[in-house]
Formats: sequence, C-alpha cells, structure tokens
Amino acid sequence: MSTTTTMHKTKWWSGGKSPFNLEYGKVMMWYFLMSDAFTFGAFLISYGTIRFSQNFWPDPNVVFNAFPGAGHANLPLAFVSVMTFILIISSVTMVLAVHAGHKGDKQGVIKWMVWTIIGGLAFLGCQAWEWHHLITGEHAVLANGQIEMIGQTMGGNPWGNLVHDNAALTAALNNTPHETLVQLVHSHDASHATGELAAMTDVQLRGMVDLAEMHVREKGPLAFGGYFYGITGFHGFHVFSGVVINIIMLIMTQKDVFKNRGHYLMIEKAGLYWHFVDLVWVFVFLCFYLI
Amino acid sequence: MEHPAFEEVTIHHEHQDDATFKKKVRKTTILLSVITIIELIIGLSIYTIHKGENPSALLVLMFKGVVCILTLAKAYYIVSVFMHLGDEIRNMIMTIIVPLLLFVWFIIAFIADGNSYKELRNNYDKHFKETTTPAKHQKTEAPAEHKSGKE
Repeated sequence: MSTTTTMHKTKWWSGGKSPFNLEYGKVMMWYFLMSDAFTFGAFLISYGTIRFSQNFWPDPNVVFNAFPGAGHANLPLAFVSVMTFILIISSVTMVLAVHAGHKGDKQGVIKWMVWTIIGGLAFLGCQAWEWHHLITGEHAVLANGQIEMIGQTMGGNPWGNLVHDNAALTAALNNTPHETLVQLVHSHDASHATGELAAMTDVQLRGMVDLAEMHVREKGPLAFGGYFYGITGFHGFHVFSGVVINIIMLIMTQKDVFKNRGHYLMIEKAGLYWHFVDLVWVFVFLCFYLI
Repeated sequence: MEHPAFEEVTIHHEHQDDATFKKKVRKTTILLSVITIIELIIGLSIYTIHKGENPSALLVLMFKGVVCILTLAKAYYIVSVFMHLGDEIRNMIMTIIVPLLLFVWFIIAFIADGNSYKELRNNYDKHFKETTTPAKHQKTEAPAEHKSGKE
C-alpha cells in the first residue's frame, strides 16, 4: 500500500515476474512434495488414530530387536539406526551433488550421484532384510487354547501382551500339535535338527520346553502389521522410485544433457525429491520405532 | 543471467563460496546425527523404563514428547538447509508452510477421536477392556489378597 515500503522492496505481485522467484519445474516439484506430505501424513495419522483407540500396542523395542548376523541377540533399535544413518548420509551426498551442479562440475555431480544411489540401494537392502526377518521370524503365541508359532503378517502378529498365567500355558502346551512343538523347541534351542526333533514323542518335546524363558505372548493388535507394512512399504516405494530417478539423472549427466543445457536444475529437482524421502523417514522412524 | 532459460528467476542468490557451503553442510550433518543419537538414547531409556519394576507412565510420555520435538527440529533442518527452502523468498516459503498448518487440526482431531473411541469401548464393552488391557494392570490377581489398587 504505502509507497515507502515498495521503494526498497521488490513488487513480487505486480506482474511481469514470478512471485516465487523460482522456475516452473521446481515450484511444481514443491507442490507435488506438499501433496505427498499430506498422503504420508494421512497414513501416519490414521495409524495414530487406531493406536490411540487400543488399550495395548506393541513396544517397538520388542518388535525391532534383531540385527543381521547377530542371531537371537536382543539389540533393540540397532538395525533401524543403521538404516536412518544411511538415509541421512545419502541426503548429504545429494546436497553435494546439487552443489557440484551449481558449479557446472560434471565429474563432481557424477561422483556424488553414484554415492547417493549406493545409499538408496543400501537402505532398500536393509528394508528387505527387515521385512523378511519379521515375516519369517516365528514367535510363540497363545491362541485358541494352544500354542501357535507365527510371524508378523497382515493376518496377525506375535506382539501381544505377555502371558503370565502358567496354568493356561501348560494346558495350551498339551493341546499343541506335534509340528508346532517341533518348531517351538527348535526356535529356542537350535542344537537339535528339526528331523531329529520330529522323531521324538510329544511328551519328550513338551519336556524340553521351558515355559518361563519362552515369553509366550498373545496375538497383537491386528492393525499393527498392516500399518507397518503399508507405511514402510509406501516409503520404500518412494526410495525405490528416488533411486530410479537418480539413476536417470546420472545417465543424463554422463551423456552431457545438462552440460549442453547450460544448467543442472534437474539435479536440484531430483535432489528435492530425495530429501523429501529422507524427511518422510524421519517421521516413519518416529512413529514406528521410537514412540 | 545464470540460467538464461528461466526468466522467472529474477533475483539470483549470491552463491556461497565453497568453504562457507562445506561448513554449513558439515554443521547440519553433525546436528542431524547428534539429534538422531539423542533420539536413540531416549528410545532405549523408554525400553529400560518399561522393563523396570514400576514403569512411570508420565516419564514415558514426557520422553515421547521430547522425541517428537527433536523430530520436528530434524525436519526443520532438512527442509530449510538441505532442500534450501530457507534460501527462497518469503512468498515461496509461505505457499508451502501455510497449507501444512492443516496438520495441526488433522493430528489433534483424529488422535482425540481415536482416544474417545477407546474410552467408549472400555465403558460399554467390558470384554474388550478385559482381553486387551496389559497384564500389569491385572497383576493383583496373582497375590489376590492384598488388592491395593496401585493403578
């Protein structure tokens, strides 16, 4: 309104120039990321709503306590912190790639893009291992009056309340079929081969089960598996598409497309997307692993 | 002049020299790593509290609150420094940040709704309450005599 302020301020809305001072593609990338933030936000808030509607929710330190090559060692949060640092570092290498692009340094862009891609692939590998471990790692649960061995799937998970009622456990053990008993003994004492265990009688097998150290749980809230796989899967899909975009950018850099164009703005746009993937992980990490 | 293909860009940021840039990136990286490590320490503290004799629900809640704030700090640094939103002009910053304020309502309303659903079910569906409430609330049934009602 007042003419005094306009004297030393650019009139962004007076026409003739972009009020955002950014080129079209970058503005559109920002709006896409904003809408994507709402998609992820809606997923996470829906997860929060379900979680707040439950009396019990699995403790992440109990669920995520495995580390590749560490066997049954109890290492809560260890592996996911590795994954988090991988993403942070690959975000930093992306910043360096964008900076090299500013300077028109083709070799620098190539070098840092390669590191970013390696980081993305490493993260995806970690996630694949984690999913595989959760799906196939079977734990004892008390369900339908017998012991069952289940992994974490969309159809159920072994992360419910701990069962303290020893009488109920003993009764359940007597109802448990032979194959489950074999799995049960094998799961906490790998010194016997499953073939050897299968040849034993149920009474022998039951004698080898130490109810106190088994930590039998009830089945956990059904929604836990679906939300975990749904949201980390959707994030993993973003990482995957980010890696694909980065590979395309790498090839275009190599073919001098950006050099001939005179600028490396495409690297900046890919970089925005990649940082967003890191940003989403910060929140996924918070909602699933920390609280 | 630097990007002749884009006349939308009327003001160019003065490019930082290499040393300043590297310093800024290094500082942000260390900051993000330190915040993550603090978060992990808090996460493990929550685990230890849960394992302890008398888990204090208030302490756990406070720790979780601190982790949430630290996460927002991390998000701020990623968006502002790595994504350079902090270097854009105010118009651009506002067009991104203002719509995101919708989350304030979104989070409060939905979390409150989930909580209210739990309260209603606990009131009107005793079976739900008995089968899902964690065992530590019912522990009194083992030494059934002294029902002190600690919870």
